[in-house]
Amino acid sequence: MPDAARPERTHRDGIRASLPLAIAVLGFGLSFGVLARASGMGSVAPIVMSATTFAGSAQFAAVQVLGAGGSVAAAVTAAVLLNARYGPIGVSVAPYLRGSWWSRFLHAQLVVDESWAIAAEGEGRFNHRVLIGSGLVLYVAWVLGTVLGVVFGDVIGDPTRWGLDAAFPALFLALLVPQLRSRDARVVAVLGAAIALALTPFTQPGVPIIAASAACLLGLFRRPEATPR
Amino acid sequence: MSDAWLVVLLVGGATVTIKAAGPVLLGGRALPAPVTRMIGLLAPAILGALVAWATFAVDRRLVIDERILGMAAAAIAIWFRAPLLLVVVIAGGVTALARALT
Repeated sequence: MPDAARPERTHRDGIRASLPLAIAVLGFGLSFGVLARASGMGSVAPIVMSATTFAGSAQFAAVQVLGAGGSVAAAVTAAVLLNARYGPIGVSVAPYLRGSWWSRFLHAQLVVDESWAIAAEGEGRFNHRVLIGSGLVLYVAWVLGTVLGVVFGDVIGDPTRWGLDAAFPALFLALLVPQLRSRDARVVAVLGAAIALALTPFTQPGVPIIAASAACLLGLFRRPEATPR
Repeated sequence: MSDAWLVVLLVGGATVTIKAAGPVLLGGRALPAPVTRMIGLLAPAILGALVAWATFAVDRRLVIDERILGMAAAAIAIWFRAPLLLVVVIAGGVTALARALT
């Protein structure tokens, strides 16, 4: 929790905080490049996708659907549902992104789960400098990883062999723990997890996550002073 | 246009729009207090959901597999305040090791 004694965080703090994450994201980007190449997307399309979409789970989902012989509509639907969470996430950072509409548009593209979690300062506040600094680092890592995966895919082989699918939830857990300072936050995290698991068997991937964000409605029933610091 | 390029174009366009919607439409304006209180809980809700989903889901199925061992190891590493990269490497390494042994 930031307090008056601590100076406001800057771009540099965002870069520093995201560097260890960037190595992990480089690995994820690499595995995306390998998977996309193997599923017959060619070598340029996966790189363009990472540079424009910049959202790991949605890209994995779209490529998996295509690779399994699914339709374009199915692949796009899967990706859009997985990215639907960026709607409310975008609203959460909106008050902190100032400037012209196109600068807000560009800065908004740097929002991913990881940069958003790093930039969070509690009680719904976000530091835009940290968001932009960490977002840029993660963007470079994601695109570079994809390039490496596409180019060296044959040498690297199946990324699940390296346990990368378990590295994902571990990364999210490490980002979640610092968010759990208040009792409300802990209740909501458990609630969000429960909603996601309950819906997984019955809905398209992505729907459980966006539905779980409804757990934050609990905040409506709390007075500000009821949230302990 | 090939299917792959069509997906790249449509997913890219949709994602850019979803990400930009809030900041472009509301940018710089303070949100009403009740919305801010909800948003304070948005990160735990979404990250909690992502942790559970990425640990147990395979497409639409819930399974308990080697990932749970990796996550247990990651939780211990986080408890001892291990650096983030180490946490991720431990989770991946333990899971890969468990897969190799089973």
